[in-house]
Amino acid sequence: MASQEILREEPSRGSFINDPKVRGIFFQAVVVIVLVALVWWIVQNTIDNLTRLRIASGFGFLRGRAGFDISDSAIAYSSDSTYGRAIVVGFINTLIVAGAGIITATIIGFILGIGRLSHNWLIRKICMVYVEVFRNIPPLLVIFFWYSGVLSVLPPPRESINLPFGSFLNQRGFYFLRPIWGEGSWLILVALLLGIAMAWFVARKARQRQMATGQQFPVFWTSAALITGLPLLAYALSGFPLSFDYPKQSTFNLTGGFQVKPEFLSLYLALSFYTAAFIAEIVRAGIMGVSKGQTEAAGALGLRPGSILRLVVIPQAMRIVIPPLTSQYLNLTKNSSLAIAIGYPDLTATTGTVLNQTGQAIECVLIMMVVYLALSLLTSAIMNVVNARMALVER
Amino acid sequence: MKHIAIGILGAAALGLVASAASAATLDDVKAKGFIQCGVSTGLAGFSAPDDKGDWQGIDADFCRAVAAAVFGDGTKVKFTPLSAKERFTALQSGEIDILSRNTTWTINRDTALGLNFVGVTYYDGQGFMINAKKLPGVNSALQLSGAAVCVQSGTTTELNLADYFKSNKMEYNPVVFEKLEEVNAAYDAGRCDVYTTDQSGLYGIRLTLGAPADHVVLPEIISKEPLGPAVRQGDDQWYHIVKWTYFALLQAEELGITKANVEEMKASDNPEIKRVLGQEADTKIGTDLGVSNDWVVNIVKAVGNYGEMFERNVGSGSPLKIARGINALWTKGGLQYAPPIR
Repeated sequence: MASQEILREEPSRGSFINDPKVRGIFFQAVVVIVLVALVWWIVQNTIDNLTRLRIASGFGFLRGRAGFDISDSAIAYSSDSTYGRAIVVGFINTLIVAGAGIITATIIGFILGIGRLSHNWLIRKICMVYVEVFRNIPPLLVIFFWYSGVLSVLPPPRESINLPFGSFLNQRGFYFLRPIWGEGSWLILVALLLGIAMAWFVARKARQRQMATGQQFPVFWTSAALITGLPLLAYALSGFPLSFDYPKQSTFNLTGGFQVKPEFLSLYLALSFYTAAFIAEIVRAGIMGVSKGQTEAAGALGLRPGSILRLVVIPQAMRIVIPPLTSQYLNLTKNSSLAIAIGYPDLTATTGTVLNQTGQAIECVLIMMVVYLALSLLTSAIMNVVNARMALVER
Repeated sequence: MKHIAIGILGAAALGLVASAASAATLDDVKAKGFIQCGVSTGLAGFSAPDDKGDWQGIDADFCRAVAAAVFGDGTKVKFTPLSAKERFTALQSGEIDILSRNTTWTINRDTALGLNFVGVTYYDGQGFMINAKKLPGVNSALQLSGAAVCVQSGTTTELNLADYFKSNKMEYNPVVFEKLEEVNAAYDAGRCDVYTTDQSGLYGIRLTLGAPADHVVLPEIISKEPLGPAVRQGDDQWYHIVKWTYFALLQAEELGITKANVEEMKASDNPEIKRVLGQEADTKIGTDLGVSNDWVVNIVKAVGNYGEMFERNVGSGSPLKIARGINALWTKGGLQYAPPIR
């Protein structure tokens, strides 16, 4: 320490070459020039090679007719759609599986993380075994486990397993009834939105009242009643406009209803279960990072164990949990590209098909990289906002 | 900014690979002492490793024929198994010297991908296979509306499938995998009702299934699939060597030159046979091509003529038992025809 302070107090007064400031600028300039030259050389080289090999380049191919079909598509898509649209379909599929995976992984991860700190020996050990098993298996194997497991255990379509509410389970996936919204069903949606808005308002008022008077109000039950009750009322008032499309047996498969394909199911389950193991460890670390004095102080104030966890420990643990949680969300999103192994049409798979049909390798790889990068940066940005809101507010 | 930087790095990786490919493939090949041949990851009859790990099949033998023409030794080949998706990039980047991987010749591939197809080593067409035990009563592809169809991604098969169902106003549910083995496994496990690929491929795949006798190939052929080897565009010498290797195989069959009789044939009185086998005085046919004058002798010694290659790999001498059909020589009512070697 001492020697550094001395250096700072007496900057070199020697020759121009020995001036650390000049040297710093010089070396930075050299690095920048080398970097620019390298990039220029690489780009030039690529362009030269493409021209020499007479490979068409540019992004114009995205407007061409795709000509292939995609099994899972959230937006309208047929073989007449463009290559660009095929890539968008893949992108949306990636978003769906990553979004659903993140939600499920977070829920399972929190339960496991808290379970690992349980006072109950059995719960603690079960959670530990789960975490150790899933954390130490490559995600691709977990995906194969679900996919092959699902495929080999389930029966063919003609011998589907009947489940309640007209749903079926077979090799081709999980089928359940699809609601058909009749006339006047917009009223139900409006009622639902109204219910949510009223629940939010009630919660706000209840908090204000608790702050002012210390009296509590059963917010949860009131909100639940509002959110389910109002739409039900609207359903009855508008004359029961809802009907259902049931899955039915046809020559080859079940038709009608809503089908969740095994490719999606296995990818979604595998990503959720795999990432949950990591989230569990993060949650455990977060909770253990909250000083024991906090729990004891809360206990001394007369809070029950559940309330201590919910009101004192978790909010403080979240500050430790969120930054590594962000990395897990990013990992899950990127791991979703393993979908290609089981044929789920995610971004990597559809763009890969486009690449092969058009031969535009550089463009397609660029698109994939930019999209994944943008997705990751967006996830990080959202998590940073959440993190900023969770951060300790200093008074 | 970050996006662009990463993008450029990616392009860089591809750019570096592409720079490895130089124009004079023949010199490169001679310098390294072997031909790098891109084949499939395993399609019986075309390119599949046998129980000793040696690649067998028409496509593999074609690369041996080229090696025999260049080196006089059919064993100087190394094989690179490629998925349908990887194949063109592998050739463009110079990772392989010949792509001999049951690849369909189309105008788009010939003109926009920087490659040249040399000929058609197998005239194929796309067909459908179903499990007749599970689906009794289905005997035409037109009855397949609503079926789940297994198909390999990024193939012309995938495009023909979409066109066929669309033009016949039928619905289907594509189940798409990148690798052939994954498609096979999914079909065998019952994930889909129908398997579609080139008909020759279906016969080969059927042999690898759990119960081959349960599966039938439906009669419809829905497309033209001329399969053939391809080389990089912009290297005419190499293109000529590979193309004329193919023609030499056909010419040898037409003239009755076989692996067994090629040495005797050298002494033949027939001027055409003498010319083809490089026995003419002061012949320059081989050297003009960039190989030795006894190149056809070497080719036939290594793999036999086209007919022998066909029968051994997919025809009567193989488990596939596919008839010559349109792959017969033009003299026997087929489409295989070679320009004269003179």
